[in-house]
Amino acid sequence: MKGKGEPIIEVRGLKNSFGDQLVHEGLDLEVRRGEIFGVVGGSGTGKSVLMRSIIGLQRPDEGEVEVFGEPMLDREENEAKHIRRRWGILFQGGALFSTLTVAENVQVPIREYFPRIEGQLLDEIAAYKIVMTGLPAETGPKYPSELSGGMRKRAGIARALALDPELLFLDEPTAGLDPIGAAAFDQLIKDLRDALGLTVFLITHDLDTLYAICDRVAVLADHKVVAVGTIPELLALDHEWIQEYFKGPRGRAAATIAKDADR
Amino acid sequence: MTSVATFTEEETKGDGLLLRFSGNLTLARLGRLPERLNEVNAQKLAVDLSDVGRMDTVGAWLIYKLIRDRKAELTGANDEQAALIEQVGNADVPVKVRPDRTNPFQRVLTQMGAATATAGTTMVGLLGFFGALLLSAWQLMKNPRRFRMNAVVQQFEVVGVHSLGIIGLMSFLVGIVIAQQGAVQLRQFGAEVFTINLVGRSAVKELGVLMTAIMVAGRSGSAFAAQIGSMKLAEEIDAMRTIGVSPMEALVMPRVLSTVLVMPLLAFYAALLAMLGGGIFVWADIGIPPITFIQRIREVVPMTDLWQALIKAPVFGLIIAMAGCFQGLQVEGNAESVGLRTTTAVVQGIFLVIVLDAVFAVFFTAIGWL
Repeated sequence: MKGKGEPIIEVRGLKNSFGDQLVHEGLDLEVRRGEIFGVVGGSGTGKSVLMRSIIGLQRPDEGEVEVFGEPMLDREENEAKHIRRRWGILFQGGALFSTLTVAENVQVPIREYFPRIEGQLLDEIAAYKIVMTGLPAETGPKYPSELSGGMRKRAGIARALALDPELLFLDEPTAGLDPIGAAAFDQLIKDLRDALGLTVFLITHDLDTLYAICDRVAVLADHKVVAVGTIPELLALDHEWIQEYFKGPRGRAAATIAKDADR
Repeated sequence: MTSVATFTEEETKGDGLLLRFSGNLTLARLGRLPERLNEVNAQKLAVDLSDVGRMDTVGAWLIYKLIRDRKAELTGANDEQAALIEQVGNADVPVKVRPDRTNPFQRVLTQMGAATATAGTTMVGLLGFFGALLLSAWQLMKNPRRFRMNAVVQQFEVVGVHSLGIIGLMSFLVGIVIAQQGAVQLRQFGAEVFTINLVGRSAVKELGVLMTAIMVAGRSGSAFAAQIGSMKLAEEIDAMRTIGVSPMEALVMPRVLSTVLVMPLLAFYAALLAMLGGGIFVWADIGIPPITFIQRIREVVPMTDLWQALIKAPVFGLIIAMAGCFQGLQVEGNAESVGLRTTTAVVQGIFLVIVLDAVFAVFFTAIGWL
């Protein structure tokens, strides 16, 4: 077993730009094994672009990205595949394949990487993954278009977990969910982390999520990570955006709720 | 760390069997383990996990199944492994992977019924849409200031001017093909000169207008459905309604009107270009000079042929634009529906145009416009 606390994602000197518009410059980031790592930042600060750079959907102009201690840029497709097998990704809308049922969606990564697994075992794996993400059993044979937004996200998580990844990327997991659904989703992420020993990299706008489940939070502003730390550590910093973010009316409300929950 | 999952069998007292697992019980290292487990045959099973390296949920599931189905006894599991097996066990609820299949005969019958019902409702819907269009035209006539001239002119450009190139080229080539095919056949009777009749009459009466209609359906009918469909998805249509703007007046009317107005012009243009293509071929192949060609055309193509084309063209334009806008407004749910409705708009438009063309042919023959 690899130890907790060692770096699982390392980003150094990342630079991204679209035409004249600079998104990141000199961005450094380190995510440690076993933690739930939140990324926050105003709209347009490039949170999604950062995630896409790490998982290889966006080629950065400059910089280095290492995941599981392996460099991710300029890899052969075959080698990259072995690394991709070890992570799961939940896109914002779930990104389920619309022509497949939920259970078939969960089976897609397994069929792709381990075609030897088939028949009953494959169906059983899909079944327990679906139930583990808190979906009712009737969801299995349904198509994505028949599901609500929250269920689609849970199904997306089930697919992301199909290969028992060590690392889970979540892009705004609670966006568009009602407060009850969002709280349940936070709990689900935490439970899955504890049960499966995952590392979670999550982008969010949701202050409640940050307080409830994130071990460390990175703040994106001015094209780079301006601060990383636990929320009390961030609160102690004298940065304009951070103060406004956490001490604004919504930030204070979330903090109160978190305190009440701890009691 | 990279060893494949496996197990050894050890007899225990009282015809029991101890399965001693080793290696990594993970999805990637499973090997033939599931099959081998199925072949194990014993009254009493015990499972020892003390030599296992890593274990993921798939490994845990296999162990859990031994415990559930074969009443196996678990030993040597560390806390983490025991917790994982319990987690997986908690998630053990039967889940269906695919919806139940009905038998093929019933399915085909259901599909046929559903398709018939859809065709019926679509036709009724299209009729209702035509009514709504007439009503909105009446409203506009009472209140001419609400008429959107700019939108009509803009659609005129998109539907008409922008398609001149492709329609011209297509008609020109079709004219050449007809002349060439006609010349080959008619030469056998020594009646090559009648190629001019063939080109002139078919181009003016049928091909010009029909080919144009098909091109407009493919180019503009589909565009109408896609534009209005994506506006519907983005709730733009709903926003329009709540603000008090009628989508019928703002979106449908300009498109229908401009298509109706531009179709006769395009059809006439297409007929001219087809005759040009035919004329050039006749000149090059049979040696009939252009001046003679034009003279012959004036003699053999009756004016009624042109009237027929000019009467049919706006009707076809109406059908195409209506099918496009109607299907666009039927879009619901997701982006897939936009694609589906766009296809339907084109298919429906072309189908109705050809049906109506047949009706027109019978009608014009009956009134003596041969």
